[in-house]
Amino acid sequence: MNPAYSIVFFTTAAGAGYGLIAILALYAASGDAASRGALALTALALAAVLVSAGLLSSTRHLGHPERAWRALTQWRSSWLSREGVLALACYLPALAWARQLWRGTGVDPILPLASAALALATVYATAMIYASLKTVDAWHRGAVPLNYLLLSLASGAVLWLALRQWSGVADARDAAVTAALLACAGLAKWRYWRSIDRQAPTSTLASATGLGALGAVSSLAWPHTEQNYLLKEMGYVLARRHARKLRRIAAVCAFALPALAALASVALSDAAGSVLLGLAVPALALGLIVERWLFFAEAKHAVAVFYGR
Amino acid sequence: MTMLPPSTTRKLGLVIDLDTCVGCHACATSCKEWNDAGYSAPLTDTDPYGAAPDGVWFNRVHTYEVQTAAGSKTVNFPRSCLHCDNAPCVTVCPTGASFKRAADGIVLVDADKCIGCKLCSWACPYGAREYDADAGVMKKCTLCVDRIYNGNLPEAARVPACVAACPTGARSFGDLGDPASGVSRLVRERGGYDLMPEQGCAPVNKYLPPRRAPELAASPLPRPAGRFETALLRWIDRILT
Repeated sequence: MNPAYSIVFFTTAAGAGYGLIAILALYAASGDAASRGALALTALALAAVLVSAGLLSSTRHLGHPERAWRALTQWRSSWLSREGVLALACYLPALAWARQLWRGTGVDPILPLASAALALATVYATAMIYASLKTVDAWHRGAVPLNYLLLSLASGAVLWLALRQWSGVADARDAAVTAALLACAGLAKWRYWRSIDRQAPTSTLASATGLGALGAVSSLAWPHTEQNYLLKEMGYVLARRHARKLRRIAAVCAFALPALAALASVALSDAAGSVLLGLAVPALALGLIVERWLFFAEAKHAVAVFYGR
Repeated sequence: MTMLPPSTTRKLGLVIDLDTCVGCHACATSCKEWNDAGYSAPLTDTDPYGAAPDGVWFNRVHTYEVQTAAGSKTVNFPRSCLHCDNAPCVTVCPTGASFKRAADGIVLVDADKCIGCKLCSWACPYGAREYDADAGVMKKCTLCVDRIYNGNLPEAARVPACVAACPTGARSFGDLGDPASGVSRLVRERGGYDLMPEQGCAPVNKYLPPRRAPELAASPLPRPAGRFETALLRWIDRILT
């Protein structure tokens, strides 16, 4: 599948923003002092920027962005529509939560809870857009929503840890939570990569043409001599040796480096820990972008078999 | 409304005979010609005479080679929208632009509602939908909805353009929901089948398999008669060896 940059950016940035909202709500529910003041407001603002920039970016791949509001209507059947509805709904409790933090009058506990639930539901809906497509074997699996949710939470946790470190309130518990989430997300991603490598394709040229009973089928001539929409959008094939290298880059940047930085920050001085986490955030961003780019570039669409691919 | 209708009154569709298709692409070019001025017009071409021509087509003719027991066989294979009963391209649409008509089962796109997110083309395993980058909307086979109900055309011409154009009669149009229709009879008699049944789309269009060619054994050539010819041939044979 063609990795559209607007979608790669949207799913990673908004994923981190929603993860940050969920982690912040978790801290608020646990009675953490820092999640009641200016730091929490900063975190919510950062999440709002990430989510809003992502949502705006996602409309850039549309042929008619001015009609995007129509996408809110078909929530009964379409995961893309559900994603839009949930994404907008999440703003309501999150903004109300931010308002109460701003006023300093105390936060109604239902607001962080509702924000977190809608944030994670939005991430789940995003993943289900892909997981619901039977045409793409690498996507049509329960591991996809699990991966999206864990990566969202882990990237949100890294941001929250960095914010706490820079404010001088980070402790060993924060680092442990972040490292544990990164380890879970990394393990889930590794299992995903291993399972897509072993999967046999659902559809073959034999089933696509129905000619398999006569003998082995191969493509003799394409209908067209030049590229077309199908080949550009769904015939994108990434060389396997490139995929291996990119997987290693994603594993190191998105999981290993941020986890090591989180754990090391506990042992180091405040200043050194701050610098380390300052480096972990761009590494995480790069790793996630590579991971998401691969999610598209490695996925093969059923229509490719008609072209003998 | 992108919920699928629970059932359709009729199931209009095509039956494509892979035995008689000669791969002339007349269906594809005729489709392009009619639909360039029809329901989904225009079928935009970009850089048509340049280095990298591209454009929207509703019908594409592949050619495959099958290694049969009797040797290699060439099969021409037109591919277009199958107007599926369980069309995933319809249910994924977030705006309601993609819909299946309850009256005749035709799957269409309302170009005024389409936001061009391309998700329907991802959901279709048959590559039936092609995005028009110029118009910013998705386009697909309309089963020539503007021909088959067109009172301005003589009745015999009220068939999809691809069916009218086919010089070998490899394409038939009709109601596949009616067991008594000509197309349903063809499917029964010739063992018509679904493409990619494992995708669960329940396509309406059916394909008829190539007929098995009779197995012809080569008979030995008649021996030359007469003593003179035999002697002459032996002599020539001796000289040549």
